Amino acid sequence: MSWIDIGALDDIPAQGARVVKTAQGCVAVFRTLDDQVFALDDRCPHKGGPLSEGIVHGSSVTCPLHNWVFDMSTGAAQGADEGVVRTYPARVEGGRVLLDAAKLTAPRAA
Amino acid sequence: MAQKLVVIGAGMASGRMLEHLFEEAPGAYEVTLFNAEPRGNYNRIMLSPVLSGEKTFPEIVTHDTAWYDAHHVTCRFGERVTGIDRAAKLVLGENGPVAYDKLVIATGSTPFIIPLPGHDLAGVVAYRDLEDTNAMIAAADKGGRAVVIGGGLLGLEAAAGLQMRGMEVTVVHIMGHLMERQLDPSAGYLLQKALEARGITVLCKADSQEILGEDGRVKALKLKDGTELPCDILVMAVGIRPSTALGKEAGLAVGRGIHVDDAMLTSDPDILSVGECVEHNGQIFGLVAPLYDQARIAAKTLIGEAAVYVPREVSTKLKVTGCDLFSAGDFAEGPGREDIVFRDPGRGVYKRLVLEGDRLVGAVIYGDTTDGNWFFGLIKDATDISAMRDTLIFGPSFQGGAQADPLAAVAALPPEAEICGCNGVCKGKIVAAIQSGATTLDAVKAETKASASCGSCTNLVEQVMALTLGDVFARPTVQPMCKCTDHSHEDVRLLIKSRGLKSMPAVMQELGWKTPDGCASCRPALNYYLLADWPLEYKDERQARFVNERNHANIQKDGTYSVVPRMWGGVTTPAELRAIADAAEKYAVPLVKVTGGQRLDLLGVRKEDLPGIWADLNAAGMVSGHAYTKGLRTVKTCVGSEFCRFGTQDSTGLGIRLEKHLWGSWTPHKLKLAVTGCPRNCAEATCKDIGVVCVDSGYQIHVGGAAGMDVRETQLLTTVATEDEVIEIVSAFTQLYRETARYLHRIYKWLDKVGLDWAREQVVDDLENRRALAARFEVSQSVYRTDPWAEHARPSERAKWGPMADLTLKEAAE
Repeated sequence: MSWIDIGALDDIPAQGARVVKTAQGCVAVFRTLDDQVFALDDRCPHKGGPLSEGIVHGSSVTCPLHNWVFDMSTGAAQGADEGVVRTYPARVEGGRVLLDAAKLTAPRAA
Repeated sequence: MAQKLVVIGAGMASGRMLEHLFEEAPGAYEVTLFNAEPRGNYNRIMLSPVLSGEKTFPEIVTHDTAWYDAHHVTCRFGERVTGIDRAAKLVLGENGPVAYDKLVIATGSTPFIIPLPGHDLAGVVAYRDLEDTNAMIAAADKGGRAVVIGGGLLGLEAAAGLQMRGMEVTVVHIMGHLMERQLDPSAGYLLQKALEARGITVLCKADSQEILGEDGRVKALKLKDGTELPCDILVMAVGIRPSTALGKEAGLAVGRGIHVDDAMLTSDPDILSVGECVEHNGQIFGLVAPLYDQARIAAKTLIGEAAVYVPREVSTKLKVTGCDLFSAGDFAEGPGREDIVFRDPGRGVYKRLVLEGDRLVGAVIYGDTTDGNWFFGLIKDATDISAMRDTLIFGPSFQGGAQADPLAAVAALPPEAEICGCNGVCKGKIVAAIQSGATTLDAVKAETKASASCGSCTNLVEQVMALTLGDVFARPTVQPMCKCTDHSHEDVRLLIKSRGLKSMPAVMQELGWKTPDGCASCRPALNYYLLADWPLEYKDERQARFVNERNHANIQKDGTYSVVPRMWGGVTTPAELRAIADAAEKYAVPLVKVTGGQRLDLLGVRKEDLPGIWADLNAAGMVSGHAYTKGLRTVKTCVGSEFCRFGTQDSTGLGIRLEKHLWGSWTPHKLKLAVTGCPRNCAEATCKDIGVVCVDSGYQIHVGGAAGMDVRETQLLTTVATEDEVIEIVSAFTQLYRETARYLHRIYKWLDKVGLDWAREQVVDDLENRRALAARFEVSQSVYRTDPWAEHARPSERAKWGPMADLTLKEAAE
């Protein structure tokens, strides 16, 4: 994997998210209450809602448009809803947030 | 013949290493020990009990003169080492060089001093060695006030010690909760509560700006928000840095610490290093357990035995008498990890275990740490816990059965805790009534008046009955707030008040939340309840808000936002319209639309453009219209007596007055008003949450209308003669709604539960209560009557609204 530094952990509010623009669309980078980071496509499979604007709780996020809940570690919708959001390897090192560049720039399947 | 060993630094790691060395290979080395401090090895982690007065320095000395003599150690204490000549194998001391065959660098760490203006004033101390400790003891002897920067292990021990010596202590911590590296927010909350109970003031999320002095001595700490904390001594305990200067100057490989391999050898095979000055596989060290492991390995290496240092899990305990906490392993959430949370609000206990598959990987415990070492053992040994998973959290002595008790929060209430706010009935009175024969809810109601007015405490009264009567009492089931709790919205509201819970972790701990940080349903509700009940103490939690309130704009289906500036009472000016038109063109707004609330909506604005468009509108004197809040939206008006031939009063003027009075306030759901100038009702006041209909003799105040999913006509609350009375009654009524309604209930839904008659008693008939409600509304407004756009449009805030990184640029450049 080739890790790319996208910014400081402190640039992301705890229990919040920031967006990274890529040629293939926006990726939402989430920070949980205990400083875990997760990167997912910033697009709900339901109606395209920006997941980066959802409420973060535990390691889940609730879509701001229609309240679908996703497990950020797998990208899978929870409960009765069905759908999966693409996830990207993300980690924190020395206070910096790193994403896997190879996967970020790979073309998405539709 | 004995080889020559020189050790630089007499700390805990080198002391332990020498013990191992003399034990396993007595006489193998002739040792010279340098120490910059004018003394030998002592137990540095016991400085806290020395500071607090629970121990004396001689009690914590680990190696005395007799010990050094017995092992023929040449002590060069109080002498600095100025350099190492690796080619000649000499250590250069201030008083002359010493030759070595093997050298151990154990220089430890130095406290990190934040370079704030004033950090070099007298009275600003770190907390590292006996000199620092004695400086603090000397300061405390004079009494007065102390400020400690840093809410980590060391800072809190310093704070507790100074407090025990009689100082007034304030801890200033930049993070959201204490000891954030070892504790999660719930445990941090309990710790803060315990420290506050012993008289220590704790300020979290507090950013220091400057240390103020007078005549070269510290006088106060100034925070970025302008607060000044006067102090006679200021302790900085914000962290440590490995002391690597000697190693670096000698040309050894140095990163954050002096690089060592698994045998504790540096890049020079004749030089070893141990303790807080080393870096091993990218890791540096601050706790004592790994240091002791390193000491053992270094001793083996010195006597030529192969040995490998393996970092191990560490656990932390705070050495503050009366604060019982334990943390071990890795307690971050992550893929494939699961939490088991146990809270006992009555005893102030919080336990959280983090599992990964069949293994326990982390534990945070507050209040009852008796099982801490057992959990730590399971973590270290990576024990398969699948067989005991269901009962794991109850510890090794678990013998079956006990379940978390949903009644615990009510059981923990003292007899004087108020259950029924309307009638001022405390728990003790209800218990007494039940014990003297009131065994049904109606009987308790008749006997005590508890739950006889608005009824929102009914469930709490029933819980008191269940506790007092036991199984005899069949309690009707209630709808819990969400899956995180068994309590209803009404219970939570009342308990927040009666228990004095002023933060999100406080509510979640004291009321036994089943998740670590709630969910998208309870967090916004709790945030509202807390800010409504404690306007001065609680700080609005942005990440607990839905997107629209967090971003102060309404999100649209395509992820863009709408921007609605306020038009007081629906009145605007050519200058405002021009500014709106300019902004619409400048930001290429796709749609400008007139809203139902008599103002203009700019639709389709990109998130990153929001601060810019707000700044432009602010510059023209406009503020947020709060078109996105569960709070005051608009006050719709007709033109009234100023222009209309039928108008009876100045409805426009009153509407503007009301809007200027109410704007910025948060309410359980949206709040829409209208003021209409005559009963023809052109402003449609009778389908608003609160509607004022002007008549010849004065003003009719109507409440409880709606024109949404439900259409409701208002009911008449009262008629008054003056505008001032309108303002006072509307304020009081709004405050009553804010204080007693459930989150996401419009006024009509709330009135359906509490009854119009009850509300009228509170805000119309009872003049004293009306004034008190209006005064509480004003207190809250002193915080919230402010423009959020101006705050977020500040240049320093703008970058936060754009993307964190733009990789399209990078790709294009490659």
